[in-house]
Amino acid sequence: MNRFEFAQAMLLDGEAVVIKHESVKLYDGHEKTLFEDGEAVLTTHRIFWGKAGEFSRGSHIIQLHHRHVKALDEEMGSSMFFGKKKRLVIRLHDPYPDKAPGPMEYSAATFIKLSGPSGISSNFIQALNETLMARVWQINLQVSSPSSPPRIKPRSGIGGIEKGLIEKHRQTDENLSMAFQDLNKLIGMAKEIVQTSKNISIKIRERQTDASEDETLKFKTLLMSLGIDDPVTKENFTNNNEYLRSLGNEICQSLLDVITEQGGMMTITEVYCRINRARGLELVSPEDVLDACKLLNGPMKLRQYPSGALILQLDNHNDEQVAEEVEQQVKEVNSMSIEECARLQHISVLLAHERFLIAERAGKVCRDESVEGLRFYPNLFLTQ
Amino acid sequence: MRRRAGVGAIHKQKLEAERYKDKGTEIQENQFEQMTKQMEFLKTNLEEFADKHKNEIRKNATFRRQFTEMCAAIGVDPLASGKGVWSVLGMGDFYFELSIQIVEICLALGESTGGMLEISELKERLSRSRRQKSKQQEITIEDILLASKKLKIFGNSFQVHPLGKNRFIIQSIPGELSLQETKALTVAANQETGSITKSLLMKELGWNELRTQQATEKLISEGLVWIDEQNEYEPSYWFPSLFPDRKNVE
Repeated sequence: MNRFEFAQAMLLDGEAVVIKHESVKLYDGHEKTLFEDGEAVLTTHRIFWGKAGEFSRGSHIIQLHHRHVKALDEEMGSSMFFGKKKRLVIRLHDPYPDKAPGPMEYSAATFIKLSGPSGISSNFIQALNETLMARVWQINLQVSSPSSPPRIKPRSGIGGIEKGLIEKHRQTDENLSMAFQDLNKLIGMAKEIVQTSKNISIKIRERQTDASEDETLKFKTLLMSLGIDDPVTKENFTNNNEYLRSLGNEICQSLLDVITEQGGMMTITEVYCRINRARGLELVSPEDVLDACKLLNGPMKLRQYPSGALILQLDNHNDEQVAEEVEQQVKEVNSMSIEECARLQHISVLLAHERFLIAERAGKVCRDESVEGLRFYPNLFLTQ
Repeated sequence: MRRRAGVGAIHKQKLEAERYKDKGTEIQENQFEQMTKQMEFLKTNLEEFADKHKNEIRKNATFRRQFTEMCAAIGVDPLASGKGVWSVLGMGDFYFELSIQIVEICLALGESTGGMLEISELKERLSRSRRQKSKQQEITIEDILLASKKLKIFGNSFQVHPLGKNRFIIQSIPGELSLQETKALTVAANQETGSITKSLLMKELGWNELRTQQATEKLISEGLVWIDEQNEYEPSYWFPSLFPDRKNVE
C-alpha cells in the first residue's frame, strides 16, 4: 500500500478513463485496510481509488501509477454467506524514490489486493491487463505536474474584464447544468422511495396487525421526513412524535409572557412568525407549528373558533373573562369598531374581531352593521 | 398430482396459505429495510448535493422552481417539515423566512390597503427590504406564491386571489371574498386608475342595477373600497391597494 500516492481526481493530458468498478476494497498484502467501499477508476496511466462523490468534486483521492505494477494475479476468496468471489492481486515493484506522498508510507507487503462484495469483475481485470500491456503512460512521461484548471490569462483593460465575465458565466452555466443533472438523479431516487412507501402503505391498510408498532412508527417518521402526505398513516402519528412535542414546549416557553400581555390569545400565524424569528436558524414549517400546537395540553391550547380562526389561548383565560373585559371596554366609549379595539389593545385586527365575537355570543355586546362598517355597542336589550 | 378432497387437502391448503402469508410478511419486512436503506442513501446524496450546489439553491430562482415542480410531480412536499430530509438543502429556511416577511409586510400595510395587497407591490417591497439586509437572492412571483401557499393552512386569514394575466391579490385579513367581490376587484385591476363605477361594473360584467348596488355596498361596508363622490356623473369606488401611485414605492 505504500506505492499509493495522493492525487487530485483529474485526468492529465493524453490520459483517458478505461473502466470503473464500484464497491472496491483494498488489501495491503493479505491485510484488510480502511479503504473500503470506494470506487476504483482505471485509466491509461493509473488506478484511482476514492469514495463516491469525491470524483465528481475533483477532490483529493489516492492513485496507484501503473509503473509500480509488476504482475497481475487472481485468487478466489470464499466466504460462508457470499460464495466464491474473485480477488485481484496486483504484484508491485519496490517503491521508487520519487514517489509522491501517500496514505501509507510503510508496508511490508509486495502486493495489494482488490476485492468487493461480489469480487472483482472479469471485465475490470481484463481491461487492466490490456492497459498494462499498452503502456500508454510511458509515452507521456510528464507525471509530476497535474494539469491545473483552465486559467484566465490575466489581461488588463476592458477586454480582460469582458473575458473574465464570459469565463465566469461559462463556469456558472456549467455548474448549473451539473446541478440539474445531479438534481435529476436525486429526484429519481426519491421517486423510488415514494413508490416503495405506497406499497408499504397499502399493506398497512389491509393488514393492520402484522407490522409491529415499532416498525410502523419508523415508517411514519420516514414519510414525514420525506414530506409525503398519507392521511391514513398520518392519523395517530403526531401523538407519538418527539420532535413535535419538544417544539410545542419551545413554543410555550418562549411565548407564554407575550401571550399573557396580549390578553391571553394569539393567532397561530403570529405564533409561527414569532417562533421562527426567535429561532433565527433551522426554521420550522407552518405544518410543524400547527401540529405541535394541536398537541399542546399545557398552559395553553389551540382553539378553533366558529369563524374558522385558529388561536392559541391560555388555559386560565376563558371566554367569560374575555366577554366581561370587552363589555367593560365598550361601555367606556359606548361604541367601538374592530380597528379601534385593535389599536387600543395593541393586538391584531383578527384577534380583536374574535374577542368581539366571543362577547357577542355571550350576549354582552350588540353589533351594528351598516354601510359605514361594523361597530359594537353594549347590549342594552338585556340590561334595560 | 390429483386434487384430493377431504381433510388432507384442506390441511395442505391451509399450510400453503400460511406459507404465503409468511412470505408476504417477509417481503414486507424487506420492503421496510429497503426503504430505510434507500432513505439513508438519499440523505447522503442530498448532503453531497447541498455541499456542491449551495449557491445554485440559494441564488437561482429557476433552480428553486424546477426543484419544487419536480418534487410535486413525484408527490413529495419538501417544505412539509422543517426537519425533513430536504432541509439540508436550505429550501425550507428560504421559504419560511420569506413567508414571515410576507406576513409582516401585509400586516404593516394593512391599514392603508384594507388587507389587500397586489403581488407586484409585495414583490417590490420584499426585494427592497431584503436588499437592505444584504440578502442578494432574487425573489420571483412563484417564490411568493409558494410561500403564501404554505400560510394557507393557518385558516382563512391568508388567501391569494388570481386576477388573470399573472396578477394576484394577497388578502391578509380574514373573511371570504365572495365571487362577486373578486369579479369587481378584477375589473378594477384592469383599469388604469384602479377604480370602478357602477356603470362600469354593469357594462363589463353584465350585472343589473340591483346586483351592482348590493355589491358596491358590501365592498364599502367591508372597508375594501373608498367612495369618491367628486365625479360629476356618478360616484367611483377605489381599491386602496390598486392606487396607481402605489407602483412607485418610496
